[in-house]
Amino acid sequence: MRLEKCWFCSSTIYPGHGIQFVRNDAKIFRFCRSKCHKNFKMKRNPRKVKWTKAYRLLHGKDMTKDSTFELERKRNRPERYDRNVTEKTLQAIKKIDKIRVAREARHHAMRFKGKKAMEHRAAITELEKSIDLVKAPAPLLQAPQEDTAKLKVKVSQPEAEFMEE
Amino acid sequence: MVQYNFKKITVVPSGKDFIDIILSRTQRQTPTVVHKGYAISRLREFYMRKVKYTQQNFHEKLSAIIDEFPRLEGIHPFYGDLLHVLYNKDHYKLALGQVNTARNIIGKIAKDYVRLLKYGDSLYRCKSLKVAALGRMCTVIKRISPSLAYLEQIRQHMARLPSIDPNTRTILICGYPNVGKSSFINKITRADVDVQPYAFTTKSLFVGHTDYKYLRYQVIDTPGILDRPFEDRNIIEMCSITALAHLKAAVLFFLDISGSCGYSIAQQAALFHSIKSLFMNKPLVIVCNKIDLQPLEGLPEEDMKLVMEMKAEAVKSILAQGGDSKDDEGVLLTMSTMTDEGVIAVKNAACERLLNQRVEIKMKSKKINDCLNRFHVAVPKPRDTKERPPCIPQAVIEARATANAKEKRKLEKDLEEENGGAGVYSASLRKHYLLANDEWKEDVMPEILDGHNVYDFVDPDILQRLEELEQEEGLRLEGEAVEEDFEMDGKELTEEEKALLSEIRRKKKLLIQEHRIKKSTAESRPVVPRKFDKDRKYTTDRMGRELSALGINPSAAVNRARSRSLSTRGRKRDRSLAGQGEDGEAMDIDTEHSNKKLRVRSRSISASRSRAIIGAPGGFTPGEGFRDIVQKQQALKIAKKSVRQRNKAACKGEGDRVIPNLKPKHLFSGKRGKGKTTRR
Repeated sequence: MRLEKCWFCSSTIYPGHGIQFVRNDAKIFRFCRSKCHKNFKMKRNPRKVKWTKAYRLLHGKDMTKDSTFELERKRNRPERYDRNVTEKTLQAIKKIDKIRVAREARHHAMRFKGKKAMEHRAAITELEKSIDLVKAPAPLLQAPQEDTAKLKVKVSQPEAEFMEE
Repeated sequence: MVQYNFKKITVVPSGKDFIDIILSRTQRQTPTVVHKGYAISRLREFYMRKVKYTQQNFHEKLSAIIDEFPRLEGIHPFYGDLLHVLYNKDHYKLALGQVNTARNIIGKIAKDYVRLLKYGDSLYRCKSLKVAALGRMCTVIKRISPSLAYLEQIRQHMARLPSIDPNTRTILICGYPNVGKSSFINKITRADVDVQPYAFTTKSLFVGHTDYKYLRYQVIDTPGILDRPFEDRNIIEMCSITALAHLKAAVLFFLDISGSCGYSIAQQAALFHSIKSLFMNKPLVIVCNKIDLQPLEGLPEEDMKLVMEMKAEAVKSILAQGGDSKDDEGVLLTMSTMTDEGVIAVKNAACERLLNQRVEIKMKSKKINDCLNRFHVAVPKPRDTKERPPCIPQAVIEARATANAKEKRKLEKDLEEENGGAGVYSASLRKHYLLANDEWKEDVMPEILDGHNVYDFVDPDILQRLEELEQEEGLRLEGEAVEEDFEMDGKELTEEEKALLSEIRRKKKLLIQEHRIKKSTAESRPVVPRKFDKDRKYTTDRMGRELSALGINPSAAVNRARSRSLSTRGRKRDRSLAGQGEDGEAMDIDTEHSNKKLRVRSRSISASRSRAIIGAPGGFTPGEGFRDIVQKQQALKIAKKSVRQRNKAACKGEGDRVIPNLKPKHLFSGKRGKGKTTRR
C-alpha cells in the first residue's frame, strides 16, 4: 500500500480513489479525481493551471527548497525491519510535519510582507489624484461670497437703432 | 499401413448429391454460351464436349470409389473376416459390383450419344441429344443410389474401426460377458471402455496399448462370448471369434469365479472347451477374476475340478510351444480389478509368454540375423577370474546409508494437514524472517501515517537528522523573534485623510455602478436625450447640494442656472422674435419683462412643470415619439389589445405558432347541459 501523488495537482491519492493511466511507452499517470483526469485529457499543462501544486511551486507561491523535503525520499532498497527504528520514524514523521508546516506558514507570511507599504503608497496617490471628487479646488473655496453677478454694460448699437427706425 | 487404415476413403455421395455435383461441374467448367448462328461443327463440338466431360467425371468418381474400398481378399484375413462379419461380404461385393456396372453403362451411353451428335444437323437437335445423354447417365446413378448409401454407411463404420495392427504383439482378452474384461483393459491401458452391469456393454473390439520391457503391446478387448453353436452367434460375438481366429496373440481367458456375472463356472468352462480350438499355438493364460468376492481356495470341489481341467489345457499349450510342463506358474492366475490385486502380474505373465513365443519363432525363421542384436547382449570374454565390480565412492555409500536411516523432515504440507487443511490453516510466511530480534517477527508495521508513506522516512539515522533539523528550526525562530516587522516605520494616514479616502472610494464606486447601468440599457432601451431629463436628475437643487458638499457656495451658480433655463428664457425661436424688440438690452432678461407669447408657451411646455399630468403610466415624456398624452394612451390601448389574444393562448410571442393540443378532449367530447351539439 503506497500513497501516490496525483500527476496533475500533486495531491495524495488514497487507496480506492482516482484513475491510473498507462501510456504505450509504459509511463504511468495517476490522477486523484476525474477533475484532474479530464484536465489531462484536455492536454492542459499543470504548470499553467492555477490551482495545481506545480503552478504554485513554479511561481513561488509555495515553499520549494527545504531540508524537510529531503527526509522524505522514495527509497528503492528495502530496509530490514527494526522495531526501534520504526518507532523512532513514526515519532519523527510527526515532528517533521510540524516543522514543515511552520516553515510553510513563514514562507507565506514573507510573501505578503510588503503589502502594507504598497497599500499606503496607493492610498496616498489616490488621495492626491481624486481629491476633486470630494473637495473643491482651493481658489473656489476661498472666495465664497464674491459677487458673481454679471456687470451690466450699456453697449451702443447703431444698427439696431437703424432697424428700429 | 494401408491395410488397416480405412479412414482415408473418400466420402461416397448419395445419388442425388452425386448427380448435382457432376452436373454443376459440367455447367461450370465447360463453355456455356452458344447461338444457333454458329457453324454446325462448332455446335456439335460444343455439345459433344459436354457429354464427354460429364462421362469422364462420372468415370473418375466411380473409379475412385471402387479403388478405395478394400478388396476383401487383398487385406489381412483378420480384417477380411471382420468386415465380412460386420457387413456381409456378399452385399459388399454386390454393391461395389453395381457401381462398376454403372460406370460401364455410363461409358457406353456417352459413346453412343457422341456418335449420334456427330450427325446432328441443328442446334436444337444437338441440344436434345445432349439432354438425353445426360439424363440417361443421371438415371443410371439414381438407380444405384441405394448401393451408394450402403457404401457410405460402410465407409463411416470402417473409419471408426479400431486400428489394430495384426502383426505386432497383441494380447486378446476373451470370456463370458460381465466377467471384467473391460475393467482389466481400463486398468492396464489408457483406454476408457464402458463398464456397466449389463451384458454386452462392449459391442465391438477396443484397442489399448501398454508397455512391457520397453516394448509396446496392443491389448484388444472383445465383446463377451456366449456358449452357443457357431451358427447361432450374432454379429457382436462373431467379432470376438474373428479376432481370436486370426490374430496371433496371447489369449487371456477370463473366468469369473464368484459367479456375479450371472453365469456359473460350469457354463464358463463349457465355453472354454468349445472354443479351445481357437487357442491353438497361442500362449494361453487363464485369469480368475473377482477374487475379492470369492477367493480361489474357497471354491467348491466341482468348480475347482473344472478350473484344473482348464489349466491342464493351458499347460498343453505350453508344451506345444516347447516349454517346460512344470513351468505352469504363468498359466492360472488370480486377480481382482476392483482391488488391483494381481492385475500387473497377469499383464506381465501374458506379455512374457507372448514375448518368448515370438522370440522363438523369430529365432527359427530366416530373418534371425536381422533381429539377433535385440535378443542377445554381447558381453566381452573375461580374461581372468578377477572380479571388477562397479566403483562406488565411500562417501556416496555412507550418504545413501544415512539418507535411508534418517527420518524425513517435517514439511509445510504436513503442518498444513495437521492444522486443519488448506482452507483452515494459513502458513505463517514470517517464520523464517532474519531479524535482529526474533520477537519482532509478528510485528505489524504501519505503512501510512498522516498522509505520508512511512517507508519513505525509514532511515537508521533518522533521529540524528531530526535533531539537526530541530536545531536549525530553533535557531531560525530565535532570529525571527529578534526582528519585528519594520515594514511600515511609522507612516500612517491621519483620520481626516482616511475619511476623505473612503469618501473618494465611495464616489468612485457609485460612478462605476451608474456607468454599468447606463451601459446595459443603451441597447435594450432607447436613450431619452438628456434635455428631456426623464428621471429629473438635473435639477438646480441637486446641483446646489453637490456644490455645497464640495465646499463651494452654490447660490451664484444656482441663480445663474435658473435665469438661463427654458422657462425664463423661452425657446430659441420665440426668443429671437422677442429679442428683436428688445435690442440694446442685456442678455439677462427678467421674468417680469417676458413676452406674453413666451409666457403662455413656457407655461404649457416647461418640462419641470409637467408633473401634474396623470393617467399615463410613466407619464408623458417628450422624447418618446408621441404627440401628446392622448396619443400615448391610445397607443398603449392598441398594444394591449393586440397582445391579449396571444396571452390567452399562452403564446410566447408573435412567432409562436405551437398548438399544444390540436383536439383537446374537453372541447370535443361530452354532452351539452343545454342546447345542441352541432358545433364543436
